[in-house]
Amino acid sequence: MIRRHCVLGLSAGLAALCSSGLARADATGGDPFGSLQWPDLKREFFGAAPVVFDERVQVRGPAFAEDPMNVPISVSATGLADVETLVVFVDRNPIRKVLEFQPLAALTSLGFRFKLEQASPVRAAARTRDGVWHVGGTLVDSAGGGCTVAGATRKDGSWVQTLGQARGKLFASSPVGGENASRLRVMVMHPMDTGLVGGIPAFYVNRLAVRDAQGRELLRLSTFEPVSENPVFSFDFPGRVAGGLRLTGTDNNGNRIDSRIE
Amino acid sequence: MKSLAALLPMAAFAAPVAQGTPRVDVARLDYGLSARALAPGVWVVEGANADFAVANGCNIINTGFIATGKGVVVINTGPSRRYGEQLRALIAKTTAEPVVQVIHLNLHPDYFLGNQAFADVPRLATDATRAGMAREAKAYEDNLYRLCGDWMRGTEAALPTGTLALGPLRIGEREMELREYRGHTDSDVVLVDKASGVVFAGGLVFAQRIPTTPHAQIGPWLQSLQAFAALPVKTLVPSHGPVRSDTTAVGQTQRYLQWLDRSFRQLAEQGAEMNEVLRAEVPAEFRGWAAFGTEYTRNVAHLYPRYEQAVLKGAKP
Repeated sequence: MIRRHCVLGLSAGLAALCSSGLARADATGGDPFGSLQWPDLKREFFGAAPVVFDERVQVRGPAFAEDPMNVPISVSATGLADVETLVVFVDRNPIRKVLEFQPLAALTSLGFRFKLEQASPVRAAARTRDGVWHVGGTLVDSAGGGCTVAGATRKDGSWVQTLGQARGKLFASSPVGGENASRLRVMVMHPMDTGLVGGIPAFYVNRLAVRDAQGRELLRLSTFEPVSENPVFSFDFPGRVAGGLRLTGTDNNGNRIDSRIE
Repeated sequence: MKSLAALLPMAAFAAPVAQGTPRVDVARLDYGLSARALAPGVWVVEGANADFAVANGCNIINTGFIATGKGVVVINTGPSRRYGEQLRALIAKTTAEPVVQVIHLNLHPDYFLGNQAFADVPRLATDATRAGMAREAKAYEDNLYRLCGDWMRGTEAALPTGTLALGPLRIGEREMELREYRGHTDSDVVLVDKASGVVFAGGLVFAQRIPTTPHAQIGPWLQSLQAFAALPVKTLVPSHGPVRSDTTAVGQTQRYLQWLDRSFRQLAEQGAEMNEVLRAEVPAEFRGWAAFGTEYTRNVAHLYPRYEQAVLKGAKP
C-alpha cells in the first residue's frame, strides 16, 4: 500500500512526500513500525481512549525468532508512574492478545515467552490512572509457524503427567530493579494449546495471581493462547518480598493451579 | 583415544593454510568453488566463514574429497542441489578418479542437501545421523529455501543410502579412520587421513566462528574436545571457519563452550530471563568471531531454557 501511494505521488509530481515520513504517517496513523494494521488495532484494543507512543514502555525481544514457539519478550515500564494495567499484543498473530498484567504490588515489568506465527511488531500498552494508553514495541522477524504447531508435550502426550504443576523461585535482587528489588520467576506446566492445530481445541492457562502468605494478591495476570507451552514468567518487586508466596490460577477448562513458591 | 596419536605420522605434506574464500556469483548462482590441496590426494573446498546469506550462496561449509587410487571419497555435499552439482564438477576437474562414496559427518543441512548430485553412489552416515536427517529434512528444506532463495532451486533432501562403519576405512591405498564423538549433535564423526594427518573435524570444531547449537549438549561436547585436543593433528579442517595447521580452533571452541556454560549458569542463578541473557556481556574475543550477531541469539534460544529450568526445578542442567 505504501509503495502504491508513492507511485501515485510520483506521477502527480509529489515525489518529496514519498520520502518524508508524512505519507507513511497518513497510512499507518503515525505508527513507528509503519504497520497498516495499526489504526484497526488501536480501535480494537483501546476504543476511543487516548493513545500515545511512549519510549518509557520498553519492549525487548530478539531480532529474529530462532524458535517461533518460544519467543522471549520482556516489557518494562518502570519509568511510567501509576500504571494500572499492561496489555501485550502482536499485530500479525492469528490470536493477537498475549496477556494482560496488573502489577498491583509488583513493578511494571515482566518477562515471558510466546508463540509467533510470522514476523510482526510485538507491542505493550500500559494504561495509566488518567486513562491514557502508553504504547511501546519491538519488531521480531520469524520463519513462522509458532501458533499452528502442537507443542512438545502435546505431541508426546506427556502433558497429562504435569498439568498445572508450578514451580517458582525468588531471587534476592533483580536485573530490572537492582539490589533494591527482588525478582520472582515461575514456571507453570501446561500445554497452552492455541486451538489452531487440527483436532486440538484451545486449552490454556487464563488466570494467574501471585499471593502473599495472607492470601493478598501481589500481581494479577490474564493469559491467552499465544503464551508458550510450560510458560516461564519473570516479575519484579520493589524491595524484599516476604516468603510464603503462592501462585494461584485456572485454565480455560476450569483446572486449578495452586502452588507454594519455595 | 590413545591409539589415534600413533596413527598420525608427523612428517607429511607441508600444507598451505591460507583461507580460500570462494568467489560467489549470485546472478549466475555460481558458488565459485575451488579445491585446495592439503596433502597429495586430499582437498578442501572452503565456504565463507559467515552465517547463511543469499550473498554467500548459503555456502558456509568446508567440504572435502580424498582420492584413494580406487575412487574418490566425498566428505559432506553442501547446502543445495546446485552446490552438489558444482562440487561434483569440481571433483571431476581435479582428479580423474570417479566418486565412489559420500560420507556425512553429522545431520546438519549443509552436510547433505547436495546429495542429489551424488544419487549414483553410496552415501553413508551413522544410524543416529540417518535418523536425525530423516526427522529434520523437511524443516531444513523450508528454512534454507527461506534463507537462501534461488540458490535452493530444485533441492530436495536425498537421505543417506547406508550406515557408516566406524573405525579403520581402507579404500585403494588410502588408510583412513572414522571416529564417532558426540556433543555438537548426537553423532559427530571425525575423519582422519592417516598418511597426511589431515583431520576433517566436522561440527565438533569451529574456527573463528560462534558454534551452532541446535542439537548440542555442552557437557558431552567438551568431553569430546578433550579427547580430540590430544591428537597430533597436521591439518585441521573444521566444517566452519578457516583450515589451520594446528589445533588452535579446538581451544577456541572449548573456551567458547566453557564460557557459555559458566555464563548461562550464573545468569540463571541470578534469575535472568532470556532477553537479559541476549544482552549480557560477551567477551570481546567471541564478539569478533564470524556470525556472532545471529549465532549467539540461537545459542541462547537453544540452551538457556535448560539452565533456567535447572534453577527453577532445583536440578542440574
